[in-house]
Amino acid sequence: MHMGAVDWSILALYLAFVLAIGVLAARRTSTGNDFFLAGRSIPAWVCGLAFISANLGAQEVIGMGASGAKYGIATAHFYWVGAIPAMVFVGVFMMPFYYGSKARSAPEYLRMRFDEKTRTLNALTFALMTIISSGVSMYAMAKLIQTLHVFDVPFERLGLPQAWIFHLAILTSAAVVLIYIYMGGLRGAIYNEVLQFFLIVAGFAPLVWLGLRQVGGWHGLQTTLGPSYTQAWAGMAHASTNRLGVDWFGLVMGLGFVLSFGYWCTDFLIVQRAMAADSMTSARRTPLIAASVKMFFPFLVILPGLIALALTAAPDRPGAHAPASAGSVATIAQHEPGVIPIKMDSSTGKPMLDAKGHPQLDYDLATPNLLLRYFPTGMLGVGLTALLASFMSGMAGNVTAFNTVWTYDIYQAHIRPQASDEHYLHVGRLATAIGIVLSVASAYLASQFNNIMDLIQLIMAFVNAPVFATFLLGMFWKRTTGHGAFVGLATGTIVAALHHGLTLPVDALVGAKGGWIAVLHSYPSEMAQNFWTAIWAWSACFVTTIAVSLATKPHPESELVGLVYSLTPKIGGDKGPWYGNPVILGVIVLTVTVILNIIFR
Amino acid sequence: MTFDIRWPIGLLFLAIGVLVAAAGLFGVQPAGPNIDLDWGGGMIVFGAAMVVLAVLARRSGSSSE
Repeated sequence: MHMGAVDWSILALYLAFVLAIGVLAARRTSTGNDFFLAGRSIPAWVCGLAFISANLGAQEVIGMGASGAKYGIATAHFYWVGAIPAMVFVGVFMMPFYYGSKARSAPEYLRMRFDEKTRTLNALTFALMTIISSGVSMYAMAKLIQTLHVFDVPFERLGLPQAWIFHLAILTSAAVVLIYIYMGGLRGAIYNEVLQFFLIVAGFAPLVWLGLRQVGGWHGLQTTLGPSYTQAWAGMAHASTNRLGVDWFGLVMGLGFVLSFGYWCTDFLIVQRAMAADSMTSARRTPLIAASVKMFFPFLVILPGLIALALTAAPDRPGAHAPASAGSVATIAQHEPGVIPIKMDSSTGKPMLDAKGHPQLDYDLATPNLLLRYFPTGMLGVGLTALLASFMSGMAGNVTAFNTVWTYDIYQAHIRPQASDEHYLHVGRLATAIGIVLSVASAYLASQFNNIMDLIQLIMAFVNAPVFATFLLGMFWKRTTGHGAFVGLATGTIVAALHHGLTLPVDALVGAKGGWIAVLHSYPSEMAQNFWTAIWAWSACFVTTIAVSLATKPHPESELVGLVYSLTPKIGGDKGPWYGNPVILGVIVLTVTVILNIIFR
Repeated sequence: MTFDIRWPIGLLFLAIGVLVAAAGLFGVQPAGPNIDLDWGGGMIVFGAAMVVLAVLARRSGSSSE
């Protein structure tokens, strides 16, 4: 499938609109408050959709489809156990302190609540992490675009080598994101994220619809793939009886509590969108509006993976060769090559085999290949634009978070404290450009030294795992001290590294996957190891923070008003209709999430 | 002068919707449902709704920001 004139026009229209929004937002960007916080003037629904988009990078769209094909509908746990409860929690309980404290960033909240060293530790690791993750996703996206071969023909016609598709994909998207954030700051990013949100939905919803028709609907999927793919809670009692290789406790505590709350409640990339809201009520509604949409995202991003798998004759899948009743499905599986290709070793050109000698499938291509196969020219343009939009929104989220943390938490805190607002605005724009250049550099680093990137991301995971304990204790226990928070964070990180060094997933080699100190315990899967690393790190941070806090001098209570739950006046009398009340919204969202879990149990 | 994000969203969806629906009407389509025409039409309706909402908001004096 190659791009037709219609597809090119759609892509061009999208780019023109994105840039135009940057220009429009720039007209209203004259102070630091405008640039870094969008003037705290954005309505709740806009913030809510931006909240989803900033997280909806290409890694999410492609990765969730890949997980869907690999693990089945159990991937939805990342939403229905992970993201949604955490989003409700941050909206109902934590947003009053983020928004009410007038902090300009999550690290700045840590400075107000604790001290400078805790803020600096958090700011430095966060800044580094945003650059690396933006670079890695840029690399993955460019690689994907090259693999899809949709741009091969125009490049041939222009006499350009195929390798340039990779360069052009990276440089074009970096340049576009740079322009609209440089000009419009957070406002430019947020408005574009809303546009990107609608485009992503417009691009993937018809794919799910067409795909489900092909496989005979949800019922057809159940018949073709069997319960291990189509029941989220089947076999979760024990790690060995489900595809994830995790038991329910590791899932609920590791993914649900530690990792998801850590990400959705403390990651500034996410929280920044709510901080831009026009009022406290809007700020609290932001994550809840986001959650009420996001809980249906498994159907948008995970189902394509399952559909692609059903349309692929996989040798290790029961039913692939002996189709019982699903007549039309079986015909497709037998007569067409699979949607998900076999993974090839790029050095030998031979298929990669798993431990049992079966060829491995390249799950990352599940969603993109489905798109290429079922979209005619026209929709193809919409689908590819949606992919590009998801990629840009994820990158813009990283860049806006980076420029704010760099400017306020590193530059203003340590390099030049007393400069004018104009000066910091200037620094923020410069940080945007530098951040994007560094992301591009790390994308190329990833293409050369993939292992180094894996290693840096692993270290970042150690740093990140305990952070939620620090925020939780800071907001809800007034006795927590700065020394306690700092020592707790450091201990949590060390424990995460130790746990990783002492355990290993089965079938993995000692090294970057774990066991580099000694192998004391082996986990049934890498996911189980990740979840338990997080649980250990969080618990260590939690206990150490409490112990050190009790041994050190408490902050005077007068300094903690507005920062800690028990010392902050309750927000009473939310004006407006009942459906705008954050608590009621939260209860509704959680109830529907429970129902979804029951339906797909 | 306020800025309402529903304007650009509405206009972009109208434009893309027209392009895709035209591809569905005049282009070569695979067997089965004409997804270009159906979804292109859907995008036109959504785009128009966004524009109407933006116009109504401007008339009533309230704005999105």
